[in-house]
Amino acid sequence: MQITVNVNGTDYAREVEARLLLIHFLRDDLGLTGSHWGCDTSNCGACVVWLDETPVKSCTVLAAMADGRRVRTVEDLAMKGAGEGGMGRRAGGGTLDPVQQGFSECHGLQCGFCTPGMMLTARWLLDHNPDPTPDEIREALSGQICRCTGYENIVRSVLWASKHEASRREADR
Amino acid sequence: MKGKGELGRGAYGPVRRKEDARFIRGLGTFTDDIQLPGMLHGAILRSPLAHARIVSVDASAAEAHPRVKAVITGPMLERRGLAWMPTLSQDVQAVLATDKVRFQGQEVAFVVAEDRYSARDALELINVEYEPLPAVVDATTALDPGAPVIRDDRAGQPDNHIFDWEAGDRAATDAAFAAADVVVAQDMLYPRSHPAPLETCGAVADYDQVSGQLTIWTTSQAPHAHRTLYALVVGIPEHKIRIISPDIGGGFGNKVPIYPGYLCAVVGSMVTGSPVKWVEDRSENLMSTSFARDYHMHGEIAAAADGTILALRASVLADHGAFNGSAQPSKFPAGFFHIFTGSYDLRAAHCAVTGVYTNKAPGGVAYSCSFRITEAVYLVERMVDILAAELGMDPAELRMKNLLRPEQFPYTCPTGWEYDSGDYPRALQVAMDIADYPALRREQAEKRARGEHMGIGISFFTEGVGAGPRDQMDILGLGMADGADLRVHPTGTAVLSVSCQTQGQGHETTFAQIVAQELGLSPDDVEVVHGDTDRTPFGLGTYGSRSTPVSGAAAAVVARKVRERARIVAAAMLEVAPGDLEWAGRWQVRGDPEKARGIAEIAMAAHGALELPAGVEGHLDAETVYNPPSLTHPFGAYICVTDVDPGTGQVQIRRFIAVDDCGVRINPMIVEGQVHGGLADGVGMALMQVIAFDSSGNCLGGSFMDYLLPTTMECPSWELGATVTPSPHHPIGAKGVGESATVGSPPAIVNSVLDALRPFGVRHADMPLTPANVWSAIQGRPLRTDLAIP
Repeated sequence: MQITVNVNGTDYAREVEARLLLIHFLRDDLGLTGSHWGCDTSNCGACVVWLDETPVKSCTVLAAMADGRRVRTVEDLAMKGAGEGGMGRRAGGGTLDPVQQGFSECHGLQCGFCTPGMMLTARWLLDHNPDPTPDEIREALSGQICRCTGYENIVRSVLWASKHEASRREADR
Repeated sequence: MKGKGELGRGAYGPVRRKEDARFIRGLGTFTDDIQLPGMLHGAILRSPLAHARIVSVDASAAEAHPRVKAVITGPMLERRGLAWMPTLSQDVQAVLATDKVRFQGQEVAFVVAEDRYSARDALELINVEYEPLPAVVDATTALDPGAPVIRDDRAGQPDNHIFDWEAGDRAATDAAFAAADVVVAQDMLYPRSHPAPLETCGAVADYDQVSGQLTIWTTSQAPHAHRTLYALVVGIPEHKIRIISPDIGGGFGNKVPIYPGYLCAVVGSMVTGSPVKWVEDRSENLMSTSFARDYHMHGEIAAAADGTILALRASVLADHGAFNGSAQPSKFPAGFFHIFTGSYDLRAAHCAVTGVYTNKAPGGVAYSCSFRITEAVYLVERMVDILAAELGMDPAELRMKNLLRPEQFPYTCPTGWEYDSGDYPRALQVAMDIADYPALRREQAEKRARGEHMGIGISFFTEGVGAGPRDQMDILGLGMADGADLRVHPTGTAVLSVSCQTQGQGHETTFAQIVAQELGLSPDDVEVVHGDTDRTPFGLGTYGSRSTPVSGAAAAVVARKVRERARIVAAAMLEVAPGDLEWAGRWQVRGDPEKARGIAEIAMAAHGALELPAGVEGHLDAETVYNPPSLTHPFGAYICVTDVDPGTGQVQIRRFIAVDDCGVRINPMIVEGQVHGGLADGVGMALMQVIAFDSSGNCLGGSFMDYLLPTTMECPSWELGATVTPSPHHPIGAKGVGESATVGSPPAIVNSVLDALRPFGVRHADMPLTPANVWSAIQGRPLRTDLAIP
């Protein structure tokens, strides 16, 4: 079947099998390998992307269900500066999102496999709750698994991003 | 990162990781991210039965599938001599089954197709006729007369027995027990668990039929050992094999062995002439690869009436599954379990371990277990707590009374391990201070009076990590020593190549810090190369917390070699004798520090026109092989506070205090991260995780819906502390830490829950302490957690 999906601001028209999972569409068809596959059963969240404005586990979403909709992946988290960015796999330019900075500042990642999904959920949380408590961060991330960090530094990373954004808002005022 | 201006004296510290830049952008390269032109996809047909004779395999319909390129079966591999492969424990394992299947999920056939979905489709077109056989599921019955013989492929194997092994002094232990005032005994199970890294195992094999070159991108914690194994198994000369272990999404021991799927990908590439990718799904990962633990243990502890512990005894039945795939040094079939005397000043100890086959997935590999020290620490820490209850003593007081004292180090334990260094009472005291232990006991007493159930659990662990030395420890005859090469470029930046492989531990940062510290450079100026056999020296890899004890030592030693060469060059530059120079982050003239040369200046001179003195051929590059003189022995004291709801059996971990001593900390931020992850592992093992089986051998833990991993909701905010007791024999005084918390945390949690249950008279219940298990224990019927609840 023919689908058109807007991924990270670019429309992709592709012929796909009806059964194709969104995670495989992103990784194998579009080459956006930042989103990972971890469990098949919606338990681990390594595959979290945004469908329109909502985080979803893309291992249990059909690519066909994204037809006509917008998908946002980790490759889109960094804000693109002038002349930077682009959609290629190696598009590493641009200013990092505070969530990305927070994960690096607070050692919120080790192997890096769960990190893209964690960051996308964290970004969604901060967009809806700019000043979350540690418990609210834990609840938001409770559907995702990290095997390396024991979550402590992930919580600190999101708090770092929250504080960083608050001080930036203060500076802009 | 620290700035370029800061010299080596400050290279240690919590610097941010170099690795993060790619991972936070989604630009890591994991095995499943590898895409090669013309690449095909493999999928494995697995046995639905735990034990059955194969009557026939008909792959004709699958072969006729329009997108299928090849179907490989056991008989096809047998004709090439590839149907069986050696395990890491002198056994063999079926690559694809020929005669029987011996566990549910065993590999039966391999399909190579143009895309992943078609490969999966074709599996359903393969028709296998099985003749079911009775399965051996319960290890405690594996040696019964008349039990079905699983390994009838092995000549002269009349039963399911693998090995008997013992350590310690039986007679001295018997004598100590006979003289004891108090003896307590307890059966306990460390149930089968699985490391379950978030990235499953996989390989992309690319065989060049013209050059005979085989390149394998794969999830390997030990690329060099894998290269040798592939050479021995497949028969391709080792110099024609290149193993590339790209970014790895967690290992925890799961990615030490070679799995049948890897070999199938290799054969698939040889047969089709195209690259073949095989990546297992989550069920395949949990059901067929490297389980851990599965130790049925009987412990006995003897003490004097005043609480002085005299002796320890253990007998263990070890369930190794259908093929003995344990990954541990050859001389140690039960790993380092005989370090089970733990952290205490005992007179005598004896342990005996019997290994058996069952119709379960093969292995006994690992799960951050430091070669079975996990099981050993659990046994002794449970026994000490049970003894404390028997004596009516506070478990902290009993431990403090019996812990080894600092002046006893180096200490040789009753089973022969020499502990390098430690100050155990201090670590326990620091943990008790952080916890405010007396206040916790007061709170507990008040709550008990109100009918609330709060538990306080303690564990104290001693690890032994960093295997070899090579004459004592080998895997398949490969000595456990690791190489390092260091090249210093003319402008003073450096590239370190090491044989170990990071799976998230941050080697690219930590090892750069080690070299920077030794050479007076910034960590930013040191690049670490790893995970590619064509670009790194030989070594046994990353597991058993051996990267920092072995490869970290190699990095320091090779940097010191470079430094000594630089000294000769610097002396020539300064027109003094090398002996007149002293190192202070640069070579300077003793008594005249203004006359000095840094590594960058020296490196340029060593590559330039300067006439080099004797002893330096040119350049500064060096290489080394580090053969560790002994293990390093990190240790720690953990305290866990739980609240238990007796109505539901629900356990909530309220606080967890972890004080770790891993010697010198190169990057404390990374060390703390390692501890955090291990503590979460402990929560999973103690409360949630088990790979159980029903009576037919069906695996009941084959997905993340059944095999439960801890989330943000089960893990508390960890409270860490540290003491630093350097290792006297490690070049920079460091010890390993990657597995410490996984080893130390389960007994603290279990001790805490059982402390909470004391008013109910519950002495012991096995992991995992799920709500159902806790509730049953309160009713006086703790569950047999490794078997299906009837």
